[in-house]
Amino acid sequence: MAGQGGDMCAARRSTVRAVLAVSALFLCLAITVALACGAGSFPAPPGEVLRALAQAAGIPWGEPVDPALAVVVVDIRLARVLLAGLAGASLAVAGAAFQGVLRNPLADSFTLGVSGGAAFGASLAILSGIAGEAALAGEARVLPACALAGALAALALVLGLARAGGGPLSSLRRETVVLAGIVVSTFLSALISLLKSLDEESVASIVFWIMGSFQGRGFEHAQLAWPYMLVGAALVFWRARQLDLLALGEIQARMLGLDAGRARLWLLLGASLLSGAAVAVSGVIGFVGLVVPHLVRLMLGAGHARLLPASALLGALLLIWADVVARSILPGGAEMPVGVVTALMGGPFFCLILARRGLSRGRDA
Amino acid sequence: MIRARGLTCGYGGRPVLHGVDLRLAPGEFAALLGPNGSGKTTLLSALAGLVRPMDGAVELGDRDISGLSARERARLVSCVPQSASAPAGFTVRELVLMGRFAHTGLLGGYGPQDEEAALAALVDAGCAELAQRQAAELSGGEWQRVLLARALCQGRNALLLDEATSALDLARRVEAFDLLSRVNAGGGTILVAVHDLNLAALYCPRLIFLKGGRVVLDGPARDVFTEANLKDIYATDIRVAPHPVTGAPQAHLVPGAGPAAHTAG
Repeated sequence: MAGQGGDMCAARRSTVRAVLAVSALFLCLAITVALACGAGSFPAPPGEVLRALAQAAGIPWGEPVDPALAVVVVDIRLARVLLAGLAGASLAVAGAAFQGVLRNPLADSFTLGVSGGAAFGASLAILSGIAGEAALAGEARVLPACALAGALAALALVLGLARAGGGPLSSLRRETVVLAGIVVSTFLSALISLLKSLDEESVASIVFWIMGSFQGRGFEHAQLAWPYMLVGAALVFWRARQLDLLALGEIQARMLGLDAGRARLWLLLGASLLSGAAVAVSGVIGFVGLVVPHLVRLMLGAGHARLLPASALLGALLLIWADVVARSILPGGAEMPVGVVTALMGGPFFCLILARRGLSRGRDA
Repeated sequence: MIRARGLTCGYGGRPVLHGVDLRLAPGEFAALLGPNGSGKTTLLSALAGLVRPMDGAVELGDRDISGLSARERARLVSCVPQSASAPAGFTVRELVLMGRFAHTGLLGGYGPQDEEAALAALVDAGCAELAQRQAAELSGGEWQRVLLARALCQGRNALLLDEATSALDLARRVEAFDLLSRVNAGGGTILVAVHDLNLAALYCPRLIFLKGGRVVLDGPARDVFTEANLKDIYATDIRVAPHPVTGAPQAHLVPGAGPAAHTAG
């Protein structure tokens, strides 16, 4: 593609392309937030929505909007859009990290059973009462921590099952890992159903935990989750270049000076934090973490310094739109779980990757 | 200096190397030779700190390798692995840049001096024109040159190469060994495992033969590269004649003289 003399120039060009792509994603995200705050059964013209958002941000722009509209646009919709964006970004970054650490294109919080573990941890905390009264509304401070514990336990179980034959994490067969993930997920869904039947009142609806939803979620949920998400994202982003090395496999990563075992542990912890926090406030939303990193790789290549931020932005975009679809597609103001939308998009995509990668030969150890 | 002291190591509790003692002085250029399964790859892995010794020790400079962090170790020795597949989604430039990982800070990314080192390594390894290509789309020979470039980018003090030229055609192989000679002339210590005896005898002042996990011969080509020694190590009939240009000893195979014929008489 490039001539001999143009190497530095071409390198700069690819950086420029990445910056442009990320800026474009930022712009789309801003437009998406405005549009998503306008979408719904309560009519809100775009101009009114923008004014309401600006006034909520303290910018005196135009006449004060109708207070009812301000409540709908800001307190209900913006809060929800914000949470969907945070959850989408977290799930996408977690997916990219899981795929990188395990060198498995099929890995993500959902296929690894991590989301199922988080959901079980959170619902167990609510039922057992350790999360307190606030947990009934999903607002307990310890909820994300319990989800994290569940996520880590499920991850350990899945990797332990997949590794029963021994060998390093990076050389596990990708189908084996996903199979173990599905087994653990299914088992945990059954346990959540059991918890639910033990106590109809306290545990939120099964559909919430299994298919995910942002219905009735507000700023308090975003407030609950973001510190965990921030720490998880910091752990993963800080190790972007280490993820690049891990893509080379255990031996080469170590040759180049990476303490591969330690890097993998921290990355798995970071990705679990992101997934656990997302699941604690929005339930199990599948396939976002699977699809988004693949789409970004097609655009920007596999280098994680670009892949991670672009995945975060695209994940936020995707889940905000999925939520808009979930709350506006059914007639009569009824909602469907957002996980249904992501699964309808992600399921076929998963099959596509499986078919394409399954046919190519396996990789080296 | 790279040194193995009574080095015993292997996999799953089964030793492959048995008490290997070896010392490479700074600036030495040695070849590691021996039949399949003699322990060449294991020895290189142990010297690179990738395999933990069951007994004995490896020293880099005056320090025991087990006391070094992964980063410190990677700054002291660069490696070219035997067989490695290229990951999808990375350009050659990005891959070579990864050689600088151990030289960067924990927080910062790759800086301009890292980019320069990568470019210089690509030029030296004769693959500057590949810089923007997708690594996964390279041929076997191109990929081996990229791996060599990455090792140069990592550092030129000490290089351990494991069959790093096996996929190269003849011209590229000579080019690669010429490059290693230049790196060696610049002060680099080099240990290269090769199957090609003649290439080793042509380029490397020191030949180290492994058999059954032990060093069985070690010395300059003119002393150790003899018909009797080679017949013994490789269990086949081999004739040695001087190279028509340099006079270095070169091995020649004799048809119909496999291991079975050899043991039969």
